[in-house]
Amino acid sequence: MRSLIQLALDNASFYGTSYADIRIVNEKTESISVRNGRIEEISYHLNQGFGIRILYNGSWGFASSFRLEKKEIERITKLAIKIAKASSRLKREDITLPHQEAYQDTYRSQYLINPFSVPIEKKLEILLAADSQMRKGSKKIKLTQSQIQSLSKKQIFANTEGSLIEQEIIACGGGIAATAVDGFEVQRRSYPNSFGGNYSTQGFEFVQSLKLEENAERIAQEAEALLKAPECPTIKTTVILDSSQMALQIHESIGHPTELDRVLGMEASFAGTSFVTLDKIGNFQYASEIVNITADATLKGGMGSFGYDDEGVKAQKVEIIKNGLLLNCLSSRETASVIGGKSNGTARADGWNRIPIVRMTNINLEPGDARLEEIISDTKEGLYLETNKSWSIDDKRLNFQFAMEMAREIKNGKLGRIYKNANYTGITPQFWCSCDAIANKKDWQLWGVLNCGKGEPEQVMEVGHGTPPARFRNVQVGLRK
Amino acid sequence: MKEKVKKALEKVLQFSHAQQTEVLIYYSSSQVTRFANNTIHQNVAEENVNVSVRVIEDKRIGHASSNNLKDKSLKEVVEKATQNAKFAPRDPHFYSLPQKEIPRDDIVTFFPETAASSPEKKANDIEKIIKLALKEKLIASGAYRTITSVLGVANSLGIKSIQDFTKVSLNLVIMSDTSSGFSSFVGENISLLDGKKLAQSAIKKALESKKPIKIEPGQYDVILEPDAVSNMLAFLAYAGLGALSVQEGRSFLCGKFGQKIMNENITIWDDGLAPETLKLPFDFEGVPKKKIVLIEKGIAKRVVYDSYTAHKEKIKSTGHALPYPNSVGPLPLNLFMKEGEASLEEMIASTDKGLLITRFHYTNLENPTLTILTGMTRDGTFLIEKGKVTKGVKNLRFTQSILEAFSNVKMISKERSLKENMTGVAFVPALKIKNFNFSGTTQF
Repeated sequence: MRSLIQLALDNASFYGTSYADIRIVNEKTESISVRNGRIEEISYHLNQGFGIRILYNGSWGFASSFRLEKKEIERITKLAIKIAKASSRLKREDITLPHQEAYQDTYRSQYLINPFSVPIEKKLEILLAADSQMRKGSKKIKLTQSQIQSLSKKQIFANTEGSLIEQEIIACGGGIAATAVDGFEVQRRSYPNSFGGNYSTQGFEFVQSLKLEENAERIAQEAEALLKAPECPTIKTTVILDSSQMALQIHESIGHPTELDRVLGMEASFAGTSFVTLDKIGNFQYASEIVNITADATLKGGMGSFGYDDEGVKAQKVEIIKNGLLLNCLSSRETASVIGGKSNGTARADGWNRIPIVRMTNINLEPGDARLEEIISDTKEGLYLETNKSWSIDDKRLNFQFAMEMAREIKNGKLGRIYKNANYTGITPQFWCSCDAIANKKDWQLWGVLNCGKGEPEQVMEVGHGTPPARFRNVQVGLRK
Repeated sequence: MKEKVKKALEKVLQFSHAQQTEVLIYYSSSQVTRFANNTIHQNVAEENVNVSVRVIEDKRIGHASSNNLKDKSLKEVVEKATQNAKFAPRDPHFYSLPQKEIPRDDIVTFFPETAASSPEKKANDIEKIIKLALKEKLIASGAYRTITSVLGVANSLGIKSIQDFTKVSLNLVIMSDTSSGFSSFVGENISLLDGKKLAQSAIKKALESKKPIKIEPGQYDVILEPDAVSNMLAFLAYAGLGALSVQEGRSFLCGKFGQKIMNENITIWDDGLAPETLKLPFDFEGVPKKKIVLIEKGIAKRVVYDSYTAHKEKIKSTGHALPYPNSVGPLPLNLFMKEGEASLEEMIASTDKGLLITRFHYTNLENPTLTILTGMTRDGTFLIEKGKVTKGVKNLRFTQSILEAFSNVKMISKERSLKENMTGVAFVPALKIKNFNFSGTTQF
């Protein structure tokens, strides 16, 4: 393997590139899912290849292939140079990379039980038991889904600056969902989160800690109860978001808008740009003073945790928002150089066949002072919103609207009846400036998301969000006609 | 490459001793040139393959895949899939993989001029677009993509479908400091791509929507251009035009077959063989695609099937399987909506007060059974007053039932175009829709 790496870097240097890197990636995924008591999927996927990125005449070129062979390395290196030459015809100025320390290092994520060593029968047992409990929980349940996924990624990164970094990251997780149907009324409850559950760069001990079976009957009953629940009223009110929805709220309205490539217009043709502009960094009250947001790639168990990013920059914990003030954006080497800074280590690639672009790591809301119960007790009137159902936000990340699986009335400090079809909408900075209570460390939870999409060709990245529940005032809830 | 794929298909079937075996191989070689801020900033090429094997033993199904065509790897994939099948409990609803059917062999989906497109050609084409944008002091960004691919599917019951494809797409966003305009092209043949025309269209939108005014949310008559229509149609398909959602009771069509569910001027069908679409002669189980009329003159007719959902109803697959495994079930990937008689100009001229919408952004279903969709307008939203486009408006959030919107269609354009969407492509007209619901606004 080392000889292939050296060949790529030597060839790139020989042809006069000012910088080159190569990533050789080997990924395996095991997916097991159960649907309505039957096996939907027992699947195993292997994916291996390499990508070579070069800077030639001030422009980028990248080429990749699944054939990990000497001849192919030579062909792909030449192709990357050819592509860079084409890019350089339309350059405005040369791309420069700020100085970066070279590392020779190895990183492995920590786990107790390798999820790939756990027999498939054991995983099926967990899923079938949860499935059975969901269907037992209610006669109105027409669809039950449960899944466990295990992921392994081995990567070697090397560049012409002398870095040689080997990383191995193991992750796993899972979740369950019950859908109740009555005529044209369809309601779903998921656990521990919607769209696949929760994931972590821990071992199978994480899946065991989810207690899928223990929560299955409850969510089925909640889905059935929602069928008969009243519609969520259309009202401006106080909302308390549960931890899982806070993760998505942070993801969409803080994570994406503070990606420096979006700020610089590099994603304009697809996902969009950002309301955050360079002049706002260090000068913009993004949120209320109790809000502190960090990007922490060093967090144990986070799906956005690693030793080094895909440009060989060491994992960091960075303050993004401090006391509500915007301090930093997520950056890569290239984007950081545009604003005269250094990368904060968030350039990540979705596999060997994608270039690293600015991605979230673990974007976290630091805990506040009170317990969730205390915040609810302190709320005269409002709604407690649980588990995301759908999401949408404009291309500068200002106007968002999220639909929720379940809303609970809060009256005089107590949780009351449930509502169905709840949603809420807002404008990012106004919403975050209305945050007046954040639950403390005991209610803080780390969420792993597998489906963050960005870039062309599209890259789907796993990211993390650690957050407690939080309260927001004067929020528009319900469908407006 | 077609020959290599063909040989690998045969080898996998030889390596497997299971009762039934299916192998799907997708090879692709793609190039994407992205530009932003009037410069090429990302420029990539990729060559990859996916070998996906499904084996069945006594109604027990196992699956494995890899991206390697070497014999050793093919054998390992077969072994892993067979091993996985042993763990699986029997699936009582599984009847069989599809029986032998031969897809049409006269469907041309490969165009050498697309396959030959180089990074240099893309840079040349993009340079012309950027020059046009710079002339108007505007900023161009976009993605220019070509893909050459081979799809092969074979099973132990005699299915052997193999086809090579080319695809080209160009998305363009042109921005001023207060506005933006969008245009796009997708097709099989790069020689049909007119970059200049696309640039002019996006530039016109960006210039005419400068300094947009804010309007209040509420109900407006709208004219949706084909990109917006394609987006809505894809979500309609996802919400319930596939058999799995009907069989699980989640589709908006449950209990509605034979009934009028939208305006009688709306007819929707799927056709993977029509010349106007990105043709796909067979599905991901290798079954030849059939033209399926889904909605006819507003009446719910039927949905599309793969072999699993078809066997459940003792009928034949319509050729709409997605790659195994998936949780979505069969889907129509080549949607069509019947054209009307109006021109876009006539639709605008007939509107006293309304909005002209280029496209939607980040749409998502809030309630699939009621087909309630939310999303934002983007890259060219205009006010129409007294039959004329008068100014740009700041973008709006809509929250609207698709079925309700398609029940309020007052005019349909004669001209249709092919537009990509989240599931595939749709060949669609522009629609004039009454009382479209906007629930919010944004600041630009």
